[in-house]
Amino acid sequence: MTTTALPQTHRRRSGASTTGSGRLRPFIYLLLTAIIAASAFPLYWTFVVASSDNSAIGEATPPLVPGGNLFDNISRVFDSSEFGLALTNSAIVATTVAVGNVLFASMAGFAFARLKFRGRNALLVTVIGTMMVPTQLGIIPLYLLTTDLGWTGHLQALIVPALVSAFGVFWMRQAVEEAVPKELVEAAFVDGCSLVRVYWHVALPAIRPAAAVLGLFMFMGAWNDFFWPLVVLNPENPTVQVALSVLASGYYTDYALMLTGALLGVLPVLGVFLLLARQIVGGIMAGAVKG
Amino acid sequence: MRGRFDRHLTPYLFVAPFFAVFAVFGAYPLLMTLWMSLHDWHLINGAGDWTGLANYTELFSDPDFWNALGNTLSLFVISTVPQLILALFLAALLNTKLRGRTFWRAGVLIPNVVSVVAVALVFAQVFGRDFGIVNWLLGLAGVDPIDWPADVWSSHLAIALIVTWRWTGYNALIYLAAMQAVPNDLYESARLDGASNWRAFWTVTVPMIRPTILFTTVVSTIGGLQLFAEPLLFESKGASTGTGGSDRQYQTITMYLYEKGFTLFDAGYAATIAWVLFLVVALIALVNFALVRRAVASR
Repeated sequence: MTTTALPQTHRRRSGASTTGSGRLRPFIYLLLTAIIAASAFPLYWTFVVASSDNSAIGEATPPLVPGGNLFDNISRVFDSSEFGLALTNSAIVATTVAVGNVLFASMAGFAFARLKFRGRNALLVTVIGTMMVPTQLGIIPLYLLTTDLGWTGHLQALIVPALVSAFGVFWMRQAVEEAVPKELVEAAFVDGCSLVRVYWHVALPAIRPAAAVLGLFMFMGAWNDFFWPLVVLNPENPTVQVALSVLASGYYTDYALMLTGALLGVLPVLGVFLLLARQIVGGIMAGAVKG
Repeated sequence: MRGRFDRHLTPYLFVAPFFAVFAVFGAYPLLMTLWMSLHDWHLINGAGDWTGLANYTELFSDPDFWNALGNTLSLFVISTVPQLILALFLAALLNTKLRGRTFWRAGVLIPNVVSVVAVALVFAQVFGRDFGIVNWLLGLAGVDPIDWPADVWSSHLAIALIVTWRWTGYNALIYLAAMQAVPNDLYESARLDGASNWRAFWTVTVPMIRPTILFTTVVSTIGGLQLFAEPLLFESKGASTGTGGSDRQYQTITMYLYEKGFTLFDAGYAATIAWVLFLVVALIALVNFALVRRAVASR
């Protein structure tokens, strides 16, 4: 049998714990504004430095407002490193990883939530158990394995190991539990639908919102990943994060160049985040209640 | 016939991709790490002699390992403890009736969606000795410039600040989600008993979200003890070697693993570091779990 339905308690909004009495409320807004300012300041500062002449940063008083050198700096970034290639590579890797995770995790999640098969519970426990294992500790053999496969320096070394994640399976299993009624699946079987068709035509449409959030998380995670790409790629064929570390390890420190690169590397993810902030925040909070 | 085959075999095909990829790229490397740690193993030239526990004995008398372990624990404590406490209070602020809820929630999450490399580069500039904005501000207050990466205390403080900046908002949202599941009646009765907001926070909110506090403690322990990118990039010129400063003043265990494995090619020794780190993570996660469970329960 499928496991118990989610307890409904978390659906009931308890509203606010402290309603914020009249005297307190301006203070709360003030405090939150300060915190948001602190959260955003390094980004603002990135923009300031990225739009300044590198020599301006060495002045006695640092520039506190954006300058007019942004486009000069951008073209310097593209001239002095493989940044265009890096952006393309990161987009390919992050997109593929996101699509792969959504596909494989939703398949496994559907099977774990709605299909009966021998060993299901043991396999599910295995999935959850692997979530606690820091797999990056296997990085040395993983490197040797990719070398044997001839993948070192190529994007598949980043893509293939990241195509599945235990978190994704767990996430999609919960989504199927919540959004795909058992009766609907049964009815489709009775009508003679194959499992693949039930998955594709019944389950997948119902879990689209959860799948989108998972895809976003995976995209951002793959885009921002650093340790493994640093190890397995070379500076001639980098991702954005690797290209940034190359910019940073130059002979002399060119902050304007470094932070222009950082700005370019952050903008795609930040853009996605600002567009879909509500879904991402909701996803993290929903994940917290489930976890 | 076809239907029976479909119902019995297809479920396995559905879960197969996960297990296949995980077996090859997750489980196998972890087990192989153990095997390699028992050998003399060069990253390029391959396997050498079986050495038994020799790598482990060498590691336990290796001052650089103890230094890295000490740095890791120090960075972990001074970044995780303030981060989780701040997150708890920030969540309490966000749990009040606010106009524009999504704006505030998304705002505190911004640091977390920015890549760690970009973050490290910005903060390397912010904490720069000559042109850094922190030293400029200190200068306005009459304090001499600090060479942040040069000393143990200053480098740890700066790196901990980066980690705290990056993760506080994320943890606050996790706490906020848990706080919203606390039934309102509990607050009503606390209020009827004459409890202040502050008291209700400690007697109702914190005990009620105890499982979530434990969860974030364990997750932060696992993540915090593997700290890598922030210290690696803290001083830009150290980026390629992983030594963590000229005196290894902020080299973490993961950086030491990187240095041994990928710049000195001593794969056997690096594998040993990985397994010891794994055990350290597991041990400290358990200890923290027990500690926090007791601390939160006694409230």
